[in-house]
Amino acid sequence: MTPFTTLAGAVALLDRANIDTDQIIPARFLRKPRSAGYDNFLFHDLLTRENAFPVRPHTAPILVAGDNFGCGSSREGAVYALADAGIRCVIAPSFGDIFASNAAKNGLLTIVLADAPARLGVASLTVDLPAQTIALPDGTLIAFEIDPFRKHCLVEGLDDIGLTLLHGAALAAHEAHLPHWSLPAKG
Amino acid sequence: MLGSRDLRRGKAGLSDPRTLFEKIWSTHEVVRRDDGTALLWIDRHLVHEGSFHGFAMLDHSGRTLRRPDLTFAVADHYVPSHPRSQPIADAEAAGLVATLRDNAARHGIAHYGLDSPNQGIVHVIGPELGLTLPGQVLVCGDSHTATHGAFGSLAFGIGASEVAHVLATQSLWQRRPKTLRITVDGTLHRHVAAKDIILAIIAAIGTAGATGHVIEYAGPAIRALGMEARMTICNMSIEAGARAGMVAPDDITFAWISGRPHAPRGADWEAALAVWRALPSDPGAVFDREVRLDAADIAPMVTWGTSPEAALPVTARVPDPDAAPDATARQRIASQLAYMGLEPNTPLDGVAIDRVFIGSCTNARLPDLRAAAAVLKGRAAAIPGLVVAGSVAVKRAAEAEGLDRIFTDAGLTWGEPGCSMCVGMNGDLVAPGARCASTSNRNFEGRQGPGARTHLMSPAMAAVAAITGRITDVRRLA
Repeated sequence: MTPFTTLAGAVALLDRANIDTDQIIPARFLRKPRSAGYDNFLFHDLLTRENAFPVRPHTAPILVAGDNFGCGSSREGAVYALADAGIRCVIAPSFGDIFASNAAKNGLLTIVLADAPARLGVASLTVDLPAQTIALPDGTLIAFEIDPFRKHCLVEGLDDIGLTLLHGAALAAHEAHLPHWSLPAKG
Repeated sequence: MLGSRDLRRGKAGLSDPRTLFEKIWSTHEVVRRDDGTALLWIDRHLVHEGSFHGFAMLDHSGRTLRRPDLTFAVADHYVPSHPRSQPIADAEAAGLVATLRDNAARHGIAHYGLDSPNQGIVHVIGPELGLTLPGQVLVCGDSHTATHGAFGSLAFGIGASEVAHVLATQSLWQRRPKTLRITVDGTLHRHVAAKDIILAIIAAIGTAGATGHVIEYAGPAIRALGMEARMTICNMSIEAGARAGMVAPDDITFAWISGRPHAPRGADWEAALAVWRALPSDPGAVFDREVRLDAADIAPMVTWGTSPEAALPVTARVPDPDAAPDATARQRIASQLAYMGLEPNTPLDGVAIDRVFIGSCTNARLPDLRAAAAVLKGRAAAIPGLVVAGSVAVKRAAEAEGLDRIFTDAGLTWGEPGCSMCVGMNGDLVAPGARCASTSNRNFEGRQGPGARTHLMSPAMAAVAAITGRITDVRRLA
């Protein structure tokens, strides 16, 4: 995973609430292998329907969105579409839980910021993850909160599974004490 | 970094009252970090065709599957609803169904493919096979995994990277969520179903109302429900933003599980029961939030917009953007009405419908099909409709009762089990601009196909809509 430290770039503003993962990537594209790239699927039907849709692939690395961005389906394809279209950071007042978790595992930073669309309607931003700040073009700094472990993994670009396997002894100990009833009976 | 065994109760004492959620969480913490994030043991991992990304990641990393005996694979998302004697026409869909079979064979996982009597929607067959048990943690790469919480398990949907993580480690890092108890008092009126309860809840708290929380559904109206109805409610927890929803297990739960193929037997059953009976939240247990509803206030519900929170009693009218409190709300209503092709203030009862879908992990179990059939018996549908049982077992049970004949005599299509028109991945799509009365869980833009307009409702309400060709209050016809 590519480490995330600072990111300076253009902003795409999508001032709408409840952008669900079906809108980020319609279900019919989820069958595609990742290797071919998911960038052309990003907001596919919205881009088809709305000539003035404010987000286009490969134009801005920072997306500012409304409440509850990424709600709905657990499809990680939503994160693939954003990431493959060059988006590395999404800032919104709130996120769907599974989307935010999927994002972190793909090096996509999600920042929770109240009133993000109203406060960040600017052409460009600089996001500093280690310092936990967002810098506006006029130099104003906005601080943000992030789960310390999620930050650590993003900054270091860490592989989750590798980290977990460091706890192999604890896992084996837990596994050894599973009650027999908890295992599936032979059907 | 702290080991969890001696610290799992944190600041709370041994005798402090605990919630159902806390009891399950504490017994599954393998490691706990200082910030409360835990490495949780996963008792059951269910995978489907869409899990191919997770398998690809596992293979790419050169790792092996830690517990094939706790992993179960079933084809549901890309499975056609047409007869199984015909091949899958779509090469990509056929490829994904075959990939799941191959991945399962290669890793030694039990697999329920198109020819299996155990095939069905993953959230229908898990409970049917006794894989879903109280007090356990169950995950699946699908957001409607919350369904399994109806059994008093902690069950939640995960993404592809997390699927790979569980395949490799049988565990998952999770931030400890907050708890929300939703108590439903009183008694439901006739013709008001579990679907109406959950739509009323989502309308009340909003589609992000439970984000960051695990919901426990409680109260006499929940206790009075059978397991299938409890599954319907837990299923749509994600539509309220919650990753998981649960109902405390009771004698109804235990009776439903007893004798299922993979459920504990003999001495194991007795040992399990002793643990399960201690699971319900203790009197005095504290939840981070509480919400109360009265079942008697709930009417048959219908969605009018493109978010599950856009739900109203069928007796209501389509909202008027001009009556909204602020510009944001005005815009939000107006854009949903534009997509849905609805005029403000139109009575919902009477909106013309083009087709009906009865199915999905929300409402495709035997009692759901019975409720729809009870309405349709001896009547003809005015519009096309598709009825898809949630599993082969449900389909066979429905056929044994003659429900399939009631549907086909009415003019509806009786399909083979799978996710079907809920998400349209198998090619069962609603046409652009067409209006569908659907028992599924999401009315998102394009969910049932590009430009499709979805109205969510209960099986009985969808059945009435099939007869009249309009959204219709089931209490009038039944």
